Amino acid sequence: MHTLFDCHKGCVARVKKINAEHGLKQRLISFGVMKGSEISVLEHAPKKKTIEIKVGKMRLALRDIEAQHIEVESL
Amino acid sequence: MKQDIKVCPITAKHIKVALVGQPNVGKSMLINSVSNAHLHVGNFSGVTVDKTEVLFDYKDYHFTVVDLPGTYAFTDFTIEERVTHKYLCNEDYDLIINVVDSTNLEKNLQLTSELLTMNKKIVIALNMSDEAVKEGIEIDEKYMSELLGVPCVKVSAAAKTGIEELINTVIETYTKPKIEPKLVFSEAVEEEIDKIVSFLEKHNYDANNSYRNVAINLLQNKEKTYQRISKKAIWTELQSIVVESLAHIELHHDTDDLKEAFAEEYAAFNRGIVAEVVKQTKVESEAKTLTEKIDSILIHPLFGIPIFLFFMWGLFQLTFTLGNLPMNMIDSFFGWLGNVIAPTISNDDIRSLVVDGIIGGVGAVVLFTPNIIILFVGIALLETTGYMSRVAFLLDGFFHKFGLHGQSFIPLVTGFGCSIPAYMAARILKNDRDRLLTLFIIGFMSCGARLPVYVLFAGAFFAPDMAGNVLFVIYISGAMLGLLAAKVLKMTAFKGVEEPFVMEMPKYRIPSFKLIWHTVLTQTIMYLKKAGTFIAGAAMLVWFLSNYPHNVELEKTYSVKIEQAVTQQQKKSLQNKLAQEELAHSYLGKIGKLTEPLFKPLGFDWKMNVALQAGLAAKEVVVSTLGVLYSIGGDVDETSRSLADNIRENIPFASAVAFIVVVMVYLPCLAATTVFAKEAGSWKYAIYLFFFTSVVAYVLAFIAYRVTLLMS
Repeated sequence: MHTLFDCHKGCVARVKKINAEHGLKQRLISFGVMKGSEISVLEHAPKKKTIEIKVGKMRLALRDIEAQHIEVESL
Repeated sequence: MKQDIKVCPITAKHIKVALVGQPNVGKSMLINSVSNAHLHVGNFSGVTVDKTEVLFDYKDYHFTVVDLPGTYAFTDFTIEERVTHKYLCNEDYDLIINVVDSTNLEKNLQLTSELLTMNKKIVIALNMSDEAVKEGIEIDEKYMSELLGVPCVKVSAAAKTGIEELINTVIETYTKPKIEPKLVFSEAVEEEIDKIVSFLEKHNYDANNSYRNVAINLLQNKEKTYQRISKKAIWTELQSIVVESLAHIELHHDTDDLKEAFAEEYAAFNRGIVAEVVKQTKVESEAKTLTEKIDSILIHPLFGIPIFLFFMWGLFQLTFTLGNLPMNMIDSFFGWLGNVIAPTISNDDIRSLVVDGIIGGVGAVVLFTPNIIILFVGIALLETTGYMSRVAFLLDGFFHKFGLHGQSFIPLVTGFGCSIPAYMAARILKNDRDRLLTLFIIGFMSCGARLPVYVLFAGAFFAPDMAGNVLFVIYISGAMLGLLAAKVLKMTAFKGVEEPFVMEMPKYRIPSFKLIWHTVLTQTIMYLKKAGTFIAGAAMLVWFLSNYPHNVELEKTYSVKIEQAVTQQQKKSLQNKLAQEELAHSYLGKIGKLTEPLFKPLGFDWKMNVALQAGLAAKEVVVSTLGVLYSIGGDVDETSRSLADNIRENIPFASAVAFIVVVMVYLPCLAATTVFAKEAGSWKYAIYLFFFTSVVAYVLAFIAYRVTLLMS
């Protein structure tokens, strides 16, 4: 399974599915991360502990664990 | 605006407006531009968990604008979201102004769609319209109003344009009857809505809302709608229809999560709206935006953290160097005030209460105001520029190991200065659990008031060239204990599902002076209010415990002795002896003696007990109490050579180590504990904190005592 966590800096991907429990899913959706949204990876914190992504025009920060819940396909 | 503000006739109508928007859309700035108003106390700029009310008059109307905390959606994830959601559902107001960021319409409309289902009059303020123009974004607001069925007005809070039109539109919307907003769903969902609507029509359900709205609310599992309709007879039949509809929708969206399905519906609708009304005249250039350029430096994997540490260092330098200047002035002011007032009160008891108890106690708190103001300005700057989110991004990896959050760093570092602003700074943590955990740990960061105790003991037991290193070790081990305690708490009391870390990284913005001014002003006023009430009360309590009951016999014998004394030296020592005896007989002294057996295992005598217990009020008191108890007068500080000598002679080294450990860990002071309770949201937590810190202090001090005994 290809997740957002596997994406490198600069890559663009589309969300296929969010495999997360209800709370996290809601949180992601309220930020516009949902099935079909396009995501680009902007930056990694040291050791890839946190990732900065761009959804639409918004920049978001996620933890590694959260990124692993987001199944994507590369574009 | 100014010329239009006039005193309304008594017959004027009231319009109560709820101001709602996502975070970072410039809501607070808009409210500042709308009203030259008289702000009721509250907070701004993301630090807010309270709602703020602003009152102003315009034309023939009294306006009350309730500024609700920024919220992305009604998911009840953060305190902000809960406050806003609860207010919108349960409170009485006439109209919603939904503030949206014109430069990021699609994302902002996600909240708008949820608002549209609320059966309330809405006006949409397209804020930052000047910025949108700069970015080549053209919005056709007339067409947008038509499509949504909700009036949309272009405004710019920063450039102060469109504000008047916004208010006029609000008045117009208020006076006209409500128009049903046009929220269109996918065919699949519309079909289900139609089914429910026609059922309601057939049975002539007496709704307090349009049938369409009732249907949408039923499909979204809105509690209130269910509560109302499930009491009706039609419910038995309707229920099966709704259940079937829900199954259809879930099937259509290939999910078992209804909220997800509706979020996708809204997103599709919003994409349609944006496609219709937004024209991007400038193609988004390949070149990096300013924010991306700044980010490439500030969150650089290598340089990001050093840059941040430099900023923090600068802030603390400022806090404690710049803050020191007015501090000395405030200190001498309260000293002077005490001296001026003292002779005017003839009654000994009342004079002591006013001068030592109230003026001394409140003075000690007011003393920190300059530090707190500088720190608040710094934090407000970090917040409003958008840098705070970057800090969390950089540091989350490290802090997460201990169960903390990246943003915990700010309050924790602040804790080295003073716990009070640190507890307040913890507000930047949006999640309850993260904030509570951070609040519990702040006390481990040794505050400035503990420094005198450390300096005294380090000076007493170590050579001057070693004392500095000892101090450093004390501070560092305190911080490490704090992180370990966080880990332990996370594994026990705060165990549970990990809260997700998903955070917006807002655009960098140049902060508005006015906004910072308001933020800092309101926070400072709140702090001073507390100093005048809670803290004054606490100071009086401590004063009372350490001064009563009076032992008249004792005073008499000593006053005779003092009069008979020949040299000044003798007089002084007798006075000190009297102070010591009196303290020993005071309630505080009695408590110290009573608890002696409890602290025996730590190697403390009753004098050390009393000093520590008085230190619960404020750490500054520890040194002065030790001074009284070791009989060299209360007016000492950590540099008094004789006190250090006295301590070295009277306190065994192992006991001293245990003593320092207790000072490092137990409650910072009564004032800080009060603030803690307020920030944590309940006194219950203050009691937990008391037990937690006391138990940890006791256990660690016991270990330290035994280990030191073994080694020496």
